[in-house]
Amino acid sequence: MEIPTLTIDAVKEGLRARRFSATELASEALKFARAENPKTNAYLTFCDERALSAAAAVDAKLARGEDPGPLGGVPVAVKDVILTRGVRTTCGSKLLADYVPPYDATAVIRLEQAGGIILGKTNCDEFAMGSSNENSAFGPVRNPVAPHRVPGGSSGGSAAAVAQGTAVVSLGSDTGGSIRQPASFCGVAGVTPTYGRVSRYGLTAFASSLDHIGPFARTVKDSATLLRVIAGRDEMDSTSAAAPVPDYEALLDRNVRGVKIGLPREYFKGLASETGDLIASGIETLKRLGCEIRDISLPSTDYAIACYYIICTAEASSNLARYDGVRYTFRSPNSPSLGAMYRNTRGEGFGTECKRRIMLGTYVLSAGYYDAYYLKAQKVRGLIARDFTNAFAEVDAIVAPVSPFPAFKLGEKVDDPLEMYLSDIYTITGDLAGIPCMSVPCGKTAGGLPVGMQILANHFDEARMFRLADAFEKETN
Amino acid sequence: MKITEKEVRYVAELANLNLSEDEVGKFLHDLDDILVHMDRLNEIDTSGVEPMAQVLYDAEETATLREDIPRVTLSNKDALANAPLFGGGYFKVPEVVKR
Repeated sequence: MEIPTLTIDAVKEGLRARRFSATELASEALKFARAENPKTNAYLTFCDERALSAAAAVDAKLARGEDPGPLGGVPVAVKDVILTRGVRTTCGSKLLADYVPPYDATAVIRLEQAGGIILGKTNCDEFAMGSSNENSAFGPVRNPVAPHRVPGGSSGGSAAAVAQGTAVVSLGSDTGGSIRQPASFCGVAGVTPTYGRVSRYGLTAFASSLDHIGPFARTVKDSATLLRVIAGRDEMDSTSAAAPVPDYEALLDRNVRGVKIGLPREYFKGLASETGDLIASGIETLKRLGCEIRDISLPSTDYAIACYYIICTAEASSNLARYDGVRYTFRSPNSPSLGAMYRNTRGEGFGTECKRRIMLGTYVLSAGYYDAYYLKAQKVRGLIARDFTNAFAEVDAIVAPVSPFPAFKLGEKVDDPLEMYLSDIYTITGDLAGIPCMSVPCGKTAGGLPVGMQILANHFDEARMFRLADAFEKETN
Repeated sequence: MKITEKEVRYVAELANLNLSEDEVGKFLHDLDDILVHMDRLNEIDTSGVEPMAQVLYDAEETATLREDIPRVTLSNKDALANAPLFGGGYFKVPEVVKR
């Protein structure tokens, strides 16, 4: 079996033809992932026992002639901010280095019920805060395509695992681009679904009004399968939506002729030249497929970074208040009083980026600043969402870059947090509006670095986004 | 300067975050940079715009509320399992009130 290039269909076919059993595949995949891991540091924890028992269950179903489910036997990696019962979940933080959750996230339950085999938990920026995966307490992830470069963040490990071939698909989380940007940097498909499409139950909260769980895969079709499995209403998350989940894969392979695509002019300024050229050639491909391309404007874009970093840090400062040394594993040894325990546990436990965001979030929520920053940002968020509503009255989908540039070198941007924040410009708007968006591979620079093209669609219109991405992928392969 | 060293120390106190002297200096500089950038929000007219606290789309308002039925949740043992210090079914913290 060629583990690094397996797709969900290839796993199904291999199991059906009895070329391998789910148990054999899981053992080989674990062995391969362990052997490859020193190259990227993508995995923080392997869960052999859980993987092998899930694989045995798939084999038992096959032996009885039952359907093992849409992910039957498929090796999956899960970002370490998503809870797995009995399997250490660190959130990339020293604070949670020994944290073993007492329950599973809904997305995890659903992917295992569908026959998925969780191999392990993947590295990420601490509490999903970062754009390079350099903010992990367990060391950075290296880009499998270019080892001296970042894989993107914050779901760098999940993107790297799929790109490296150690998992067929993986789960990440996206608050401001944390799925699409690493997907773009590593050359895989990465999907941020509509807000509420996938339950956040068991996703460690960073910014609750912006957090999403979503899939990575080597093909658009596989990303669609994984989304279908994890999507849908969950009574454990009141923000999860009741909207029916279509059979995305059945809607692929359709003609995209006549699909109206908007190119927001604000998104094509300030691109690195090779990125701009690759996106331009991607747009030519869409034209060749018969799409109708239109210029559009999303006029509030220039305010998105300021708006996003006020809202996400404000929510983060509240969500991260729970790490106080009482319930979650780490307590500072220097805790002579309750107050000192709080301050020292947090001071010693959080890394620099988390502290920076807690500080910023606390500041913008503090007395006297609330109206000027937080309330103002919420109003600007309304304008950004309105821009998209207006755009989708004219076009079916929007195409844009994912990141202004391809994967940068490790250490290149760590000293300038504002510059790092500014690089999120093309991805944060989709999160602020809550619309589905994805990165689909769009070629490589002369130096061999992958570049992703972003497709954005209206709320709950993932099917159209997948159809377009799938047609694009087939045309460019 | 948008923010002073005194404010950085005050905010750290509000956040229950012990910062080293180096960190105070670093965050003073970083937060100032970021807050200067955030000033651009004052350029945009938001009069008459409703603040957006949550993603909005057309849906029945109560469609996602579940029936209020009692159910078994985490056991006391599971809830305490990750605590650095516990005993007698409770989380233990440093002494709060002197006897």
